[in-house]
Amino acid sequence: MMAARVWGRFRRHRAAVAGAVALALVMGGAALAPLLTPYNPAALDPDHALEAPTPRHPLGTDDLGRDELARLLYGGRVSLLVGMTAMLVGSAIGVTLGSLAGYLGGRVDAAVMRLVDLVLSFPAIFLLLILLNWTAGRAPVALMVGYLGLFGWTGLARIVRAEYLSLREREFVEAARAGGAGVRRVVFRHILPNAMAPILVQAAFAVGGAMLAEAALDFLGFGLPPEIPTWGNLMTQAESYLTSNPVLVIAPGAVVTLSVVAVFFIGDALRDALDVRAR
Amino acid sequence: MTRYVLQRAAQAVALLALVSLVGYAIMNLAPGGPLAVYMHNPQVTPERIAILRHQLGFDRPWYARYVVWAGALLRGQWGDSYYTGRPVLAMIGERLPATLALMLSAFGLAIALAIPLGTFAATHKYSWGDTALSFGSFFAWAMPTFWFGLMLQLLFAVRWRLLPVAGMHEVGNASLPDLARHLVLPALVLGLGSIASWSRYLRSSLLDVLSQDYVRTARAKGLPEARVRRRHMLRNALIPIATLIGLDLHALVGGAVITESIFGWPGMGRLFLEALNNRDYPVQMAGLMMSAALLVAGNLMADLAYVALDPRIRYQ
Repeated sequence: MMAARVWGRFRRHRAAVAGAVALALVMGGAALAPLLTPYNPAALDPDHALEAPTPRHPLGTDDLGRDELARLLYGGRVSLLVGMTAMLVGSAIGVTLGSLAGYLGGRVDAAVMRLVDLVLSFPAIFLLLILLNWTAGRAPVALMVGYLGLFGWTGLARIVRAEYLSLREREFVEAARAGGAGVRRVVFRHILPNAMAPILVQAAFAVGGAMLAEAALDFLGFGLPPEIPTWGNLMTQAESYLTSNPVLVIAPGAVVTLSVVAVFFIGDALRDALDVRAR
Repeated sequence: MTRYVLQRAAQAVALLALVSLVGYAIMNLAPGGPLAVYMHNPQVTPERIAILRHQLGFDRPWYARYVVWAGALLRGQWGDSYYTGRPVLAMIGERLPATLALMLSAFGLAIALAIPLGTFAATHKYSWGDTALSFGSFFAWAMPTFWFGLMLQLLFAVRWRLLPVAGMHEVGNASLPDLARHLVLPALVLGLGSIASWSRYLRSSLLDVLSQDYVRTARAKGLPEARVRRRHMLRNALIPIATLIGLDLHALVGGAVITESIFGWPGMGRLFLEALNNRDYPVQMAGLMMSAALLVAGNLMADLAYVALDPRIRYQ
């Protein structure tokens, strides 16, 4: 019933529907990569380096003869995975701290909000780059996800806190408390489901933000190891061939833009469909 | 008001101290360190490394070095680069003007474009142009900055040969028009995100102001529409934008690192990246502190701008 109404309103946003379709295609391409290309993304073929697009190599080959389409499809697995998991890590931190601050109030609230202010006034990019020197300037996937999550929870914490501040006064919370539910149960089982709408919206934007941040770090030479095909690494490694073989740069960037704009459109439509602002 | 400013200034100093401590700790606790490059060099004897280690203070714990570093900084001494051996202040002095030129141009470009675009979108709500601008903003936010830069290079510099690919000056040409030509693409790349956010924000801010009583009053007085828009609507709608602009320094400072890398711009951002790769701690700290100071100043200005522009708000 509720879901039908939300879907009805979401569907009115044609851009978001198109975004969802585009995202599904990109994710499907990444997931089904072995079925879509016969090439191994890491297989070197120096005799066929920097080839222009042909039916054999629809997006040409890079400077080491690797098939660009294969690298793009397999790279999508990494880039999408990093974006989504970084969002999950950031959301877990943001939801936990934000809900405790909003529900408990008082000193906990003050401490969490202070921490948020502190993180927001730190020059995040510079600290992140310094932190990346711990692992010789490149971070393995799990560490990168952790870093991005660590710097990307503040917005959600603020939103969740505000949501909890108003929800904790409602009757169903009082009823749950009267029924003997502990803090953890009230916060996560009773209130959290009612605060999902703004969390979902924020999460959509966080996925896009994390994907862009990871690509930017790749470009600066402080991202994932160069042998891992990510969309950021693909573009960076092709930078020197921008004039001779522009498709190597254009294709990955276009896919990143398409994916990120798709999640942004979806987030924007969710905000409308779930009526986040109006409540 | 004075008390408020003093209080905020004290907070800012405390914050800078904390940033420096955290940054220094992370930097110095990293495995490897500035002397690691010499470890496998047969030309450098272990005795020589020991001397260097002592000279740079690496035989003492990091917090002891931090105290020395902070004490020197308070006396205005930024130290010498580990890598070039030159005073850090001199190295920054060479690079800072380039970064400031880039940031100011991006900033100016963003304001010059965001205000008319946002005003147009608000006055032509739901029109074809408004929709196009809304879509454009989403794409502006979704494009990887460096990809946008590379695409601009490909089109404007390589294909159409309208503008230089990279750098700040032609060799032997330090004229202002030459600098301006080199600035166009980097400033656009750095400013794009701000153009999109500020114009979108101005649009919604203008739409809020539209239904205010004072706008109706101004119209009822029979003021010309242009005057109502400029004096009564735009002025008030710009108040929240002032805050946004202060907070956006964040994006501008971080974006400068990427933009400078794309366009080979000889600024602070690239100096910082080089220092990272060389484990040049004094230069890294200088870059960190300057970006932190800029952020703190931006936040402070955002708050003060609010008070200065909106007489309804008074800090106690």
